Amino acid sequence: MTALLEIENLSVALKNGPRLLRSVSLRLDRGEVRGLVGESGAGKSMIGKAVLGILPRSAEVVEGRILLEGTDILTLPPAERRRRIGRIAALIPQDPLTALNPSHRIGPQITDRLVDILGWKREKAEARALELLAEVNISAPARVMRNYPHELSGGMRQRILIASAFAAEPALIIADEPTTALDVTVQKQILKIIAGMQARHGTALLFVTHDLGVVSKVCQSLSVLYAGKVLEDTQVADFFRAPGHAYSAALLAATPKYTDPEGSLMPVGPEVLAAVQAEVDAADREWRHV
Amino acid sequence: MDLLARFLIRLFSTAITLFGVAVIVFTVVRVVPGNPIAMMLPPGATPADIVRLKALYGLDKSIPQQFVIWFWGVLHGDFGTSISLRQPVLGLVLGRLPATLELATMALVMAILIGGASALTAVRFRGTQIETGIDVANGAALSIPDFLWGLLLIIFFGVLIPLFSISGRISPDLQLNFETQFYLIESIVRLRFDVTANLLAHMFMPALALALPLAAIIGQLLKQSLKETMELDYVTLARTKGYSETRVILREALRNAILPTLTLTGVQFTFLIGGTVIVERLFSYEGLGNMAIDAVVNRDLPLIQGIVICFAVIFTAVNLVVDLTYAALNPRLRHA
Repeated sequence: MTALLEIENLSVALKNGPRLLRSVSLRLDRGEVRGLVGESGAGKSMIGKAVLGILPRSAEVVEGRILLEGTDILTLPPAERRRRIGRIAALIPQDPLTALNPSHRIGPQITDRLVDILGWKREKAEARALELLAEVNISAPARVMRNYPHELSGGMRQRILIASAFAAEPALIIADEPTTALDVTVQKQILKIIAGMQARHGTALLFVTHDLGVVSKVCQSLSVLYAGKVLEDTQVADFFRAPGHAYSAALLAATPKYTDPEGSLMPVGPEVLAAVQAEVDAADREWRHV
Repeated sequence: MDLLARFLIRLFSTAITLFGVAVIVFTVVRVVPGNPIAMMLPPGATPADIVRLKALYGLDKSIPQQFVIWFWGVLHGDFGTSISLRQPVLGLVLGRLPATLELATMALVMAILIGGASALTAVRFRGTQIETGIDVANGAALSIPDFLWGLLLIIFFGVLIPLFSISGRISPDLQLNFETQFYLIESIVRLRFDVTANLLAHMFMPALALALPLAAIIGQLLKQSLKETMELDYVTLARTKGYSETRVILREALRNAILPTLTLTGVQFTFLIGGTVIVERLFSYEGLGNMAIDAVVNRDLPLIQGIVICFAVIFTAVNLVVDLTYAALNPRLRHA
């Protein structure tokens, strides 16, 4: 069976600059939830951006393929690529405070894709939006549809963005650190809502996060990244039992434990970092030779 | 705050502004050298003649006294009588105002169309040669002042390729019996499109000369804020939904990016109206600005005062319109 998303040997680089993603490969099946973990700057968000076709203008794909339902989207003409991505995938963005357009009401921001891209009737799209808002536990969906973003709280806005991502029943949703910008108390609710929505709709989820706790709760598989290179690609259960890479083990050890609140934090040791950096450098040398 | 209260406060502050303008212009035209009496009398007039004429126009009294008399009249709708034209100032000003309003509005429309189109094109093709080309053109449009544009346009479209009329407001042989001074609007309402075309042909060059510097400002500022807006998260999110770049610019970015440009356009539009004075002169366009130059040359004090007050009223009205539009476009301001 073809995978929903298959990334093969993807390298993204700054124009005339260093690589941000180093020959990344990963696979996501229908309904699978995969975590993408790593430190800030490890390139985990960059993978999501490449899949969604929203790489910053300063970066470009220099090698590799991104197969979405079996078609390499990188070879499609821009208009067709946009439509294909819009139909198959959706994004739950990181910061709900900046991800809604301040001068449009909430309603149209949920229904726009249904009406403009998928050609639904407005009434049908609005009924669907109301349903989705109720599903993410918004108590007065009809009123919220008429609100402007600045009238709503951050948690509320993130729920709206989640509802909006699920609106067109995409096969793939990329959640780009969807709880990072939120209050700790709200984070848990949002995580629960995303997990619940994912389970009900059977959507495949690429969950970008630096929080291994989140991964253990939501994901089935995960990829560990360092400096744009996938160090380990494994099942969540195996990972927490026996991480396959020294860096992964150090990362896991560095996670603060609720069971030991007084314990001091364990940074990733310098010898581990040196080893992983050597691995990255070796990959770069090899890449330049090809 | 309640809308009515806001409006009343605005009206009150406008009245104070206009009063200040009246005081300043009244004083300044009387303090600067040169006086209307000297302009009116033939050489060799006797001192007695001068005294008699000064008394006739009330110029023998002190400036504060003159001001009180004049201001009392203004409050009753009497702006005095023009010294050089010997007609009531109010009628003269209102007779010329429509011509200037039509010209300035046409220039504003041109500036918004040219500036808006150049900004949208530059953003759509940002990072390419097209953007560079538009930047260069904007730089040129901005660094050449309106009257110089007027001269350049006369050379191009008046002399080299005589497409448009270079002087006046309408061809003398086309005099329709206009009911109002708003020739352009009236010709459209009366379905006399031949007259409309003739008026537009006369208006084209002065309006374009006034519009180009403003178009460059609008183009540069709108391009800049559009480019910044295009990097924001909600624009990126819209891209993932499948919208084309053009749709994203128009639908997501434009409305949010336009606010700073709107404010500046309001301010710059008042400069444009100021520019009508010299551009109307250049094209012998029968407007308020052209009359202002005559009034200054003739030291026609009541007429200068009337024209300046009229310009001041226009400026404050423009600012009011800008504020109201701003509130209409930005939902965050509506409840504030």
